[in-house]
Amino acid sequence: MSGAAPSWSTAIAANGGLRPFKDAGLTALVAFGLLLPLVGFQTVTDVRNALVLQTRWPLLFALTAAVGVGRLSYLLSISPWLKRRAAPTVAPAFPARFDWRSIAGKWFVPFAIGFVVVYPLIMLAVNGRGSAVKWIDNFGIQILIYVMLGWGLNIVVGLAGLLDLGYVAFYAVGAYSYALLAKTFGLSFWILLPLAGCLSSFWGLLLGFPVLRLRGDYLAIVTLAFGEIIRMVLINWVALTNGYAGISGIPRPTFFGIPFNADDDGFAARFGLEFYPIYRTVFLYYLILALALLTAFVTVRLRRLPVGRAWEALREDEIACRSLGINTTNTKLTAFAIGAMFAGFAGSFFAARQGFISPESFTFLESATILAIVVLGGMGSQIGVAIGAIAMIGGTEILRQLDFLKRIFGQDFDPTQYRMLLFGLGMVLMMRWRPRGLITRRTPSVFLRERKRITPDLVKEGLVEEGSG
Amino acid sequence: MDYFVQQLINGITLGSIYGLIAIGYTMVYGIIGMVNFAHGDVFMVSAFIALIAFLILTTWLGITSIALALFIVLLVSMLFTALVNWTIERVAYRPLRGSFRLAPLISAIGMSIFLSNFVQVAQGPRNKSIPPMVRGDFALLNGNGFSVSLSYKQLIIWSVTAALLAVFWYLVAKTPLGRNMRACEQDQKMAALVGVDVNRTISMTFVIAAALAAIAGTLYLMNYGVLSFSDGFVPGVKAFTAAVLGGIGSLPGAVIGGLLVGLIETLWSGYVSIDYKDVAAFSVLAITLIFLPQGLFGRPDVEKV
Repeated sequence: MSGAAPSWSTAIAANGGLRPFKDAGLTALVAFGLLLPLVGFQTVTDVRNALVLQTRWPLLFALTAAVGVGRLSYLLSISPWLKRRAAPTVAPAFPARFDWRSIAGKWFVPFAIGFVVVYPLIMLAVNGRGSAVKWIDNFGIQILIYVMLGWGLNIVVGLAGLLDLGYVAFYAVGAYSYALLAKTFGLSFWILLPLAGCLSSFWGLLLGFPVLRLRGDYLAIVTLAFGEIIRMVLINWVALTNGYAGISGIPRPTFFGIPFNADDDGFAARFGLEFYPIYRTVFLYYLILALALLTAFVTVRLRRLPVGRAWEALREDEIACRSLGINTTNTKLTAFAIGAMFAGFAGSFFAARQGFISPESFTFLESATILAIVVLGGMGSQIGVAIGAIAMIGGTEILRQLDFLKRIFGQDFDPTQYRMLLFGLGMVLMMRWRPRGLITRRTPSVFLRERKRITPDLVKEGLVEEGSG
Repeated sequence: MDYFVQQLINGITLGSIYGLIAIGYTMVYGIIGMVNFAHGDVFMVSAFIALIAFLILTTWLGITSIALALFIVLLVSMLFTALVNWTIERVAYRPLRGSFRLAPLISAIGMSIFLSNFVQVAQGPRNKSIPPMVRGDFALLNGNGFSVSLSYKQLIIWSVTAALLAVFWYLVAKTPLGRNMRACEQDQKMAALVGVDVNRTISMTFVIAAALAAIAGTLYLMNYGVLSFSDGFVPGVKAFTAAVLGGIGSLPGAVIGGLLVGLIETLWSGYVSIDYKDVAAFSVLAITLIFLPQGLFGRPDVEKV
């Protein structure tokens, strides 16, 4: 007892007396106030279909205590630690030649591409033809669709700095173009894929042209409005789109003309294999992988072209760009149209993979998810966006698989409903602590004499003076 | 004619609610120049707080006087919503001042997603409906087999909106707090130099914005009697439309913009197509921003280097 007391008092004195305790207490009090109405009480519908209240005091007090304790431990341990770590500010701006980071960075991309190429084969070998579908379809294809969408949106948000909240509209245009044209005219996937891209890109131009001269936040809201308008037209134009019911029986893609079925002219029979539905899944996997890599490749190449440099310059300072004679409208429009084109490709792939589409798949939440992937991955960084997609989409799938959580929190506990909660919180925290994204180090696209890494401390943020009249 | 008058009454009612939310957008935009994307969800949260307060009062405490219950519900909802918005500003926006241009907006989008999903998780995804709080109406213009009616709840919405707008106008125009707010709006650095506590003023702006959203939320709950966690998004965008239409940064503009958006929406659904009523409101937003970005009463936006 007497041995422990001095160390406690010194610890308290070292961290600013009782201030952290007071601060944590106040935080807990605010948290209690915030949580009291919505967590303390729950509205439930009783047997007579009337709304009644139930209390959840234990949960309320547990959460309040958690906030208080969390704040206290942050103030007492994490905050001083961060301060100590930040103290020597002479961190080398340019890493040494044999920095592990640069070596890892050099080998990471080839390794990652090699891994995703052999991923279905590994899964087939490990799980067998029967149960590998889950791993290739739910994880592989699902994640790759979002990686592709993320890379597409990254051109608009990350490179050109245009916040597009209606990106999913172009995804919808691609999906509906494929579904309607394939069903009405019986055109093949391979003709419609580029066509869907063109149509989406056309819509990008059409919607982008009037709005791209708007300021950043206005642009965001207008793209949001356009996204919602397109979705509502899809819902209400029943004659064309079949409304909420959606379009089903969309033709599946073929292996360059050979269908994946059990017939004599099907894929399996032609190549003398035993028929398994997994062949189609593996084919779809490689298809979306190729599309995603195409997106990444085109983006990387575009960044080196004048237009790509203009995008990045535009993101940093629009007025300076205009002064240098860059046509800002055309530059923004190309970013918008190219981003929309990739969304169109992804959309037509989505329609072909699902065989069924409805307006439900193209809500604002979807746009927000893609945006969250781009933001959490670090705007502008290709690898970051891919990691963001894996973390968010793969993370959701993993949450769905975790059965032990059910045993802890009860049978009706559904971890996936916390998904968007965590995404939203993640976006806020990301803006607070790593506004340039998790992967902030990036080699520049264009360089003079030698490559230097760009770290956040090399980039001066353009501080906007508020209150201009 | 009768039908038109009825649509007019309904439109003004809806417009009052939009106007109250729109003031929150316009105030926050005026003072820190950001679109508070989460404001629609703050409105939704306030409606939920009002719902819970109403249930506590009527089912547990047994208060039968609707007028008293409504008054207490209004106060409780304003208080807690103000706390919510104050915290949001402290946690999600204040640390981002001076960060890059899109950071506060992205943070606000994250907050909006967080709030709607928090309510979904905490209160369940199903619609919450309560029996009508206020019944009865005045019959005006009775004839031709179609009677125009002004219900009591519409009258309450009009009078509460008008009374609280008057209080709010007094607050902004006549009190020291309002003077500080107007000073910060013009030039934060200069205001700080002459002794205005800028952080506190911005906090108070969020608190007032939340209080007005809470009034809108309570009135919305009283008017419709049904609530869901996703109810913040569409009214939020429509109120933002109202703020833009009236000229963002202009307080009377927000109210008039709200009334206009409410009227356009009800007239559109009354005469053209009810399915496309949201499309009409969103189109108004897009058209205004493209052709009249400074709105009806706003000042043109001068871009400085």
